[in-house]
Amino acid sequence: MTDSAKQYTDFYAQAGKLIGERSCEVMNAQRQAALQTFEALQFPTRKVERYKYTDVAADFAPNYGIALTPLQVKNLPFCHRISEAPIDITPYYNQLADKQDAVVALNTLLGVDALVIYVPRNTKVQHPIQISNVLKGEQDTMVNRRILIIMEDCAEADVIITDRAVDQTHFLTNQVVEVFAGDGSHLNLYEVEETHLLCTRYSSVFIRQGRDSQVRHTSFTLFNGHTRNRLDVALQGEGSEVVLNGCVIADKMQRVDNNTLIDHQVSHCQSNELYKYVLDDNAVGAFAGRILVREGAQKTISNETNANLCATSSARMYTQPMLEIYADDVKCSHGSTVGQISDAALFYMRQRGIPEQEARLLLKSAFITEVIEAIPLEALKDRLHLLVDKRLRGELSKCEGCKLCK
Amino acid sequence: MLQINNLHASINGKEILKGINLTVRDGEVHAIMGLNGAGKSTLSNVIVGHPAYEVTKGEIIFNGKDLLAMKPEERAHEGIFLSFQQPVEIPGVSMVNFIRAAFNAKRQYQGLEPMSAGDFLKLMREKRKIVEMDSRLTSRSVNEGFSGGEKKRNEIFQMAMLEPTFSILDETDSGLDVDALRIVAEGFNKLRTPQTSAIVITHYQRLLDYLKPDIIHVLIDGRIVKTAGPELALEIENRGFDWIKEEAGL
Repeated sequence: MTDSAKQYTDFYAQAGKLIGERSCEVMNAQRQAALQTFEALQFPTRKVERYKYTDVAADFAPNYGIALTPLQVKNLPFCHRISEAPIDITPYYNQLADKQDAVVALNTLLGVDALVIYVPRNTKVQHPIQISNVLKGEQDTMVNRRILIIMEDCAEADVIITDRAVDQTHFLTNQVVEVFAGDGSHLNLYEVEETHLLCTRYSSVFIRQGRDSQVRHTSFTLFNGHTRNRLDVALQGEGSEVVLNGCVIADKMQRVDNNTLIDHQVSHCQSNELYKYVLDDNAVGAFAGRILVREGAQKTISNETNANLCATSSARMYTQPMLEIYADDVKCSHGSTVGQISDAALFYMRQRGIPEQEARLLLKSAFITEVIEAIPLEALKDRLHLLVDKRLRGELSKCEGCKLCK
Repeated sequence: MLQINNLHASINGKEILKGINLTVRDGEVHAIMGLNGAGKSTLSNVIVGHPAYEVTKGEIIFNGKDLLAMKPEERAHEGIFLSFQQPVEIPGVSMVNFIRAAFNAKRQYQGLEPMSAGDFLKLMREKRKIVEMDSRLTSRSVNEGFSGGEKKRNEIFQMAMLEPTFSILDETDSGLDVDALRIVAEGFNKLRTPQTSAIVITHYQRLLDYLKPDIIHVLIDGRIVKTAGPELALEIENRGFDWIKEEAGL
């Protein structure tokens, strides 16, 4: 076993008992299988298709202190610690997550608590539910975060998950989110990462959609160190629709890898995917999006676009849109572009008196504005416009407007 | 106002301007005519500082300052404006943000505070009338989805907002129907003062009928070969350029 992986199994050998005590039965029931998977697979190498743009073992190699703190969930409507959930979580926990993924298995192995967002049948949640993850710690810390979002039939909710880091130490977040979108449910799920250069984020999100459900997932990577987001959507009910939008701003030595799968399993479903990257300095971006239209998934409508702006010649973008179709009556398109800032537009702006720096900034901001404008939540849209502007101006050092960072 | 002395300029190593001499005084409108490829657009691009063109010899003095030493945005702040032959579409940048950025950059250059959003929008409303521009257009992205005529109208609208002292109209009449041409030309005339000057590049008499230039220059093969009063434009309309070439011994 490699050293990178071994330190985690060693840790579990020592701390497994403590983890079990601090956790609950539903989670403990999955640990043994997770351990076996992790030992067997270890960290995926770049030869594994879905990890080909990220060196996982290197990201997990540093010696992190592993956080084993239970969650504090106080008076948050619809939110519960897993042990306090109002329904039996056994049919949900670890049922959607990929059991053949070592990174996911590591989360299942080491996680002590999970957040459950449970929206009962026919319930419309009025205000967005905001989950703020604030990384604090004087030592280098690894966090295994687990979230379950259970939307019963015809439930509606907006959920915003933000990632921030307060202290200037190394953080490694390994997140697994399982989303069950029941028949006729509507979910808007937003993820905004606003951490710092010393932060590494691994996220694996699994979404299953029932009949006529609508899910919109919007991901913003505004500031980070290394980020790898996996996002899998299974359209299992006819008439279901999914929108996956993403925006990445990266510079310096930042890396962002988004890897998505939309699995059209039944007919009459729609998917729309738009990811836009603005890369500066020596940043590296990767996007691999696979759309799978299975046999019998007739009348599928699917669009996938990945557009990228490399502001310097040293920024790199790997883009891989993939379309795999086994049905014969579908309408699908996919494409990607990698371009530079338009010289013509830049000169036009400068001729009008807009200084070059400002003109570049406006053009970068304009490039991703489409992703922000697609957000249905007005307040979040305004906030993201502000954050993106500050980010591009280099003024986004810590979390903007955050009480903890003042 | 503007004095060009023995200007030579090239693009990709090919010399286009081969010794231009030109003086434009306060309040004057000069027209530059000439065949395609004579260097008319190159001259306007060099004046505004397009980075693709290299000045190999000569100087441009603008109100006593060395223009060639300035960045394009500084030239704009000093009062130089180019109405582009092909205005650029900038998806995602709203007209309001675009003009406000330009407007406030100039104010900053002049040591003034940025204008308040309310005052700015009011100013935009007033200036829009000069070229009869629909508010529908100013709420869109810069030039995105504008027709050819709307783009040219938008150029004059920006001129009205930025109040340059020296403007270059580079084939502003191309692609315009007669009504749009009248609106654009009348808009330009409304903006004229005894302190503002312009160079108008055109192939056609029609625009000049409206703008009434003081002086006409003919540019052939990178040089100004003939300079005369407004009657020259009419003569070119009737006789073409060949006789001027012959006269110049080309």
